[in-house]
Amino acid sequence: MTTKPLALKILDVTSIVLLLVASYLVFFYAPMEMVMGNVQRVFYFHVASGWVGFLSFFIATVVGVIFLRTSDLKWDTIGLAAVELGLVFSFINIVTGSIWARPIWNTWWTWDPRLVTATIMELIYAAYLMLRQGIENPVRRARFGAVYAILGFVSVPISYFSIRIWRTIHPVVIGTGDPDALGSFNMTAPMRVTFFFALFTFTVIFIDLFWNRVRLGRFTERIEQLKMKVMA
Amino acid sequence: MSISPVKAYFRSLTAIVWKDLAAELRSRELISAMLVFALLVILIFNFSLDLNPRTRQEVTAGVLWVTFAFAGTLGLNRSLAIEKDRGCLDGLLLAPVDRSSIYFGKAVGNLIFMFLVEAIVLPIYSVLYNVNLFNPGLILVIVLGSIGYVAVGTLLASMAVQTRTRDVLLPILLFPLVVPVLLSAVKASTGFLEGLPMTEIWGSLNLLVVYDLIFIALAFMFFDYIVEE
Amino acid sequence: MMMISVNKLIKRFGPKTILRGLNFEVGSGEFVALLGPNGAGKTTFLRVLASLSAPSLGEVNIAGFRLPQQSAAVRQRLGVVLHQPLLYGDLTAEENLQFYGKMYSLSDLGDRIVEILDLVGLRGRQRDLVRTFSRGMQQRLSIGRAVIHDPDVILFDEPYTGLDQDASSMLDQVLLKIAGQGKTIVMTSHDLSRIAELASRFDVISRGVIAASANRNQVGPNNLLKFYREVVNVH
Repeated sequence: MTTKPLALKILDVTSIVLLLVASYLVFFYAPMEMVMGNVQRVFYFHVASGWVGFLSFFIATVVGVIFLRTSDLKWDTIGLAAVELGLVFSFINIVTGSIWARPIWNTWWTWDPRLVTATIMELIYAAYLMLRQGIENPVRRARFGAVYAILGFVSVPISYFSIRIWRTIHPVVIGTGDPDALGSFNMTAPMRVTFFFALFTFTVIFIDLFWNRVRLGRFTERIEQLKMKVMA
Repeated sequence: MSISPVKAYFRSLTAIVWKDLAAELRSRELISAMLVFALLVILIFNFSLDLNPRTRQEVTAGVLWVTFAFAGTLGLNRSLAIEKDRGCLDGLLLAPVDRSSIYFGKAVGNLIFMFLVEAIVLPIYSVLYNVNLFNPGLILVIVLGSIGYVAVGTLLASMAVQTRTRDVLLPILLFPLVVPVLLSAVKASTGFLEGLPMTEIWGSLNLLVVYDLIFIALAFMFFDYIVEE
Repeated sequence: MMMISVNKLIKRFGPKTILRGLNFEVGSGEFVALLGPNGAGKTTFLRVLASLSAPSLGEVNIAGFRLPQQSAAVRQRLGVVLHQPLLYGDLTAEENLQFYGKMYSLSDLGDRIVEILDLVGLRGRQRDLVRTFSRGMQQRLSIGRAVIHDPDVILFDEPYTGLDQDASSMLDQVLLKIAGQGKTIVMTSHDLSRIAELASRFDVISRGVIAASANRNQVGPNNLLKFYREVVNVH
């Protein structure tokens, strides 16, 4: 457990390489979009990070369920890693969404249902971390965390729909292919390539960071165990 | 001298509701805190928003629901804190009944307190701002919305009360999860108050009912995990 | 049949193991004192017996029923007195007892409550709010709460904590009455002198197991402290 597995080292390097390639594709290979200009390039990172953020929270929920059934604390370490990463990627998603909105609608924030839902999701998982902060007992901390993660995840789609019902006031503004969306555009082939490559890259980066984070969590646990042995 | 488990379940549920009502009747701490707070919030809204009568009509639903949401956290916190005090939660856990009857007992009690506050705030708001709030549709929305809020709130309060950060934590945990309730309730309330056709209101009502059902079921399932050791 | 039978009980809290394969048996009508240094696992063990804490591994049987599978049946026959009184301050003594009576599905509560108030010496105070009671009175009422459903087994966790001489004597009286009814009692206590008079058996918990067990005959009240010290130092 002490030395980094070779696979992970390779993954670290691969992630960096992929990110460089993806950046090249996004900034140089993909054509400039007609209407919005260069700022549209943010879109590739926006969607990719959004996807990863969502995936992360989904993993946290599934792992939460598994933990409640097995009471094995290793699932809690995984759940925590998933939430932390989800927070980071979702944040990138929200910020890039904001950057994209600025030149187009001259505002830093649009009340687009997806953006708002992403923000609520972010707040839920920030609350998750705050909940954990206030609990000493590791088993209780894990249990409460799992329950809250599950409740949070279930509420997100319902929140999305409730915001959509507000649609009459705040239409969907960000996105492709939605006929009502003001910021929509059609993707040409090179754009599509860039888009999927960015998605792929972010997923790989996610797996790399996730694996590293879970390892870190295991080390932390091990240290706690050793501390207790020494003090007893 | 044993009675059927179903009877025992309801007996303990009602015993808990009764106990909370009796204790509150005596101390009146919870209701008075919630009421004063609710009225203060409404007054603050009035001064900070300084609206003309027409705009006021439009924001009524929003103001009411924000008020209920904030006053509600006071009630939830207090209701669960009573059980933490003097170790009473253990007393409840020692009873030979299903854990969920404890959850439902507390939730029903909390719901009653919330209804009481709402029943007092509505007429006062009506009088202060000359808005007619005696609208059966509005009452329906308030009932449905309160149920969803209390269902989730009781579970989360049970968690929050067992942490170090206690009072501060409940709103942080609760508000992101009750967004669907607040949004749908405000939309439906506004619909009823402005006399919009049912086609406009239906979606929100539906969402409220769906939310209520899902979260009552989830809270019921998870309560055990929250209280066991 | 043993009233309480615990076999290889292990209780873990995450990475920490508090109870390490504890074995324990109590026959009907016995009064067992559980002694032990802080951190040995007394309270944890008591909470497992009280069905408030589920065993991680091992068997726990009380009054013929298994924990945690048959918790409801166990709880009906179990009374528990903890550090905290488990009483509602804004309710009267009577109302508290009524509440718990209902939680245990008792009928004819009125008479039963009078009986209990007599037992714990609080007859005149039934209409007073528990908030106004002294610690000693709350403790006595707590015992009333614990036995209202006439349990076979009663557990006590440090009941004398925070009581002055008078209150402690009154508590002695109540305990003697209960013990006299043939109930099975397990009590943890730091107050060795008090418990020496009451218990029929002394068990010492150390490092998560029962390190030693001795009868009243084997260890008289005067030797209890010596016995205790010896066990703890050696274990």
